[in-house]
Amino acid sequence: MAEFVAENLRRRFGDALERVSDEHGDLTVWVDRARVHEVLEHCKRDSELDFCFCMDVTAVDYLTLGGTPRFAVVYHLYSLKTGKRVRVKTGVPEDDPVVQTAVDVWKSTDWFEREVYDMFGIRFEGHPNMKRILCHRDFQGHPLRKDYPADLRWKLLRPDDLLDEISSDEMKRIRARSSYPISE
Amino acid sequence: MKDGTTPPESVFTTTLDKMVRWARAGSLWPLPFGTACCAIEFMSVVSSHYDLARFGAEVVRFSPRQSDMMIVAGTVVDKQAPILKLIYEQMCAPKWVISMGVCASSGGFYRAYHVMQGIDEIVPVDVYVPGCPPTPEGLIYSILKLQEKIERGEPSHWQIEAERETAQARKQQLVGV
Amino acid sequence: MVFKDAALTPEEMPKTTPVPNPHGRMPTGVSWEPIESGAGQAVARARGVRVERHLVEELEVDPLAEDLMVVNIGPSHPAMHGTFRLKCWLDGETIVKAIPEIGYLHRCFEKMSEMHPWQEVFPYTDRLNYMSPFLNNVGYAMAVEKLLGIEIPQRAQRIRVILGELSRVMDHFVCVGTNLVDLGALTNFWYLFRGREEIYSLLEHVSGARMMVAYGRIGGLMRDVHEGFEDEVRALLKSLPAYIDDVDRLITDNRIFIDRTRGVHGIRAEEAIDWGWTGPCLRAAGVPYDVRKAHPYYDYDQFDWQIPVGTTGDVYDRYLVRMEEMRQSLSIVEQALDDLPEGPVNIDDWSISPPPKDKVYNTIEGMVAHFKLTFEGVQVPPGEVYSYTEAGNGELGFYLVSEGGGHPFRIHCRAPCFAIYQNIGPSLEGYMLSDIVAILGSLNVIAGELDR
Repeated sequence: MAEFVAENLRRRFGDALERVSDEHGDLTVWVDRARVHEVLEHCKRDSELDFCFCMDVTAVDYLTLGGTPRFAVVYHLYSLKTGKRVRVKTGVPEDDPVVQTAVDVWKSTDWFEREVYDMFGIRFEGHPNMKRILCHRDFQGHPLRKDYPADLRWKLLRPDDLLDEISSDEMKRIRARSSYPISE
Repeated sequence: MKDGTTPPESVFTTTLDKMVRWARAGSLWPLPFGTACCAIEFMSVVSSHYDLARFGAEVVRFSPRQSDMMIVAGTVVDKQAPILKLIYEQMCAPKWVISMGVCASSGGFYRAYHVMQGIDEIVPVDVYVPGCPPTPEGLIYSILKLQEKIERGEPSHWQIEAERETAQARKQQLVGV
Repeated sequence: MVFKDAALTPEEMPKTTPVPNPHGRMPTGVSWEPIESGAGQAVARARGVRVERHLVEELEVDPLAEDLMVVNIGPSHPAMHGTFRLKCWLDGETIVKAIPEIGYLHRCFEKMSEMHPWQEVFPYTDRLNYMSPFLNNVGYAMAVEKLLGIEIPQRAQRIRVILGELSRVMDHFVCVGTNLVDLGALTNFWYLFRGREEIYSLLEHVSGARMMVAYGRIGGLMRDVHEGFEDEVRALLKSLPAYIDDVDRLITDNRIFIDRTRGVHGIRAEEAIDWGWTGPCLRAAGVPYDVRKAHPYYDYDQFDWQIPVGTTGDVYDRYLVRMEEMRQSLSIVEQALDDLPEGPVNIDDWSISPPPKDKVYNTIEGMVAHFKLTFEGVQVPPGEVYSYTEAGNGELGFYLVSEGGGHPFRIHCRAPCFAIYQNIGPSLEGYMLSDIVAILGSLNVIAGELDR
């Protein structure tokens, strides 16, 4: 089915691939955490693979199943040219939950990575706005972790003013260029 | 009155009162605080098939200053809670609140870490409408029930809460806390 | 007139004279066009705005004009979309910076689904994209069936197609209707909601509920359709095109609508793909990607239908794509209905689909199967799968991880709106405040799906 994808990745990243499996018609590739950015970039730039879509970035918490590492960050890629999909998984340990961001490869990973941080606590190094996206600003903990109780709520008193998402340099630049465009 | 008694109600004031109540009930302008699926059912209710305008709720005002009934349609999550409270406080008295759907009434089937288990945690509610989403007939019935409540002269829950707060404040003043 | 009540007499009122631009000339290094993004320049050109450099340098600009106004749109706002917030910095009416905030309807779908057996997740999926609930049911059911490795009977597939396409029509009705209401065209909203009521009647007849049908099940459907289903659908196929035509006649060649939507929020195909856009918004940008054609399921490749594709991706194109998609969906429904096979609607495996009630009450196997299904849930073998369908807004994906029990280990819903709404912040720069309502309406962002 998607053998050429697996072959291409094995040729290029033989040592970084920990496991390749193909069940239920989905090709899954486990990659070492340090090389995952390289692998993703290759998936996008390589002309044979051409994975132009990053459909989804999510994570799974394997705490109750035991085994290490605890988390796995999962990327779902799709290629419009070949019509093939691949799932890239990378293991993330509990004591150092950091992965390099893929925002520079596909812009669509922006909010997906923020959601993974919000739900699991996995930080993405290099992300322009690593902030909670779904839960409110006074929420503590990471709810989709297996050790977080489902109905533990936190109270929010004041809504977010969002001023931390805009830097003072950006404000200065915006102010400097503001003037009315002339229309006929 | 000077001897401390309350003046007897005259025919004029009772009739005026009744007229005011009838007018208030007959022209409830809703503020649809719609968040989720119930908002779509609310849109169906104001549409031509289940027309809500015939019950006086013709003018759907999205501004709290211009409406007197807030219909909270949909799940209110903890992030939305301060905004709901703010909008409710911006409404001018007299005001009523209809909690539409089970999510607004009690959290629905979302017993979760981000969902408010009923808006009565923060605002006083006059009518609860069950259903997920309630049928349009259910919502219309609830508005009719609210109209009956107003015409009977029952104080709205806003009034009850306000009176309770002033009574508490006065008690604290007397006690000297 | 003398205003005796005023604090100051007219003579005492301070005079405002325009102060010359304190910069003197425009500061160097700053391009005169205040709109730097390509989209904004296209907007300026499309509107015939020409900017002359020499006029600027002689212009005396009021210093107050340099101050930016902050407008917070939402999360409770009159535009009839879900709850999301957009904080805009405005220069006059032009947006110079917009920051979106979501999460105002985060109902913890993924955590809730871990707490319930596989078959009890269906009502939660209904409420994801609440404009077309049945499509979410189908998406989730397909994912679990893929993990189980089963195939549902042909009749169930056809009924899923029919009701799915009608749900898609429902979704587009609301999208177009609310988009037009926000632009001031209220009549279409009444027309399209009338059409929606007719579909509601059919769904109520079929499943018992108008909106949140929860009609899909693992292995098929909740129950077979009623007697007279075919006649009702044929009646719908006669009446729904009339509503679409009415709106078409009013809006498609309407000068005001075209002026407000042509050239607004156009997007290039590569950019749309990079941001992860799918669905009508991507097709309006010129990319003919539809999951039903690219990876057909349930015989979509055997029906005769086409994908409408736009050119510039602006609001007008999205409107046209949606209108045409509605017509194509109705054509699919007609073809599927002509070819509706007889047979069961549920797979004949009692460990997945509950046994019929007479077997439950009269045979021991039926009772045990029913008991196990209710108490332990469908036992799905360990594994993970990503299954995708074409929902109203694009590719709706379900990523399921199973550890072998009756409860899901992890369900992740890939919401199409999430990817579409991400680039609203950077892409709104240069547009006017009144364009926001047109843009938000055309993107069809549904908060239930966005926040899950």
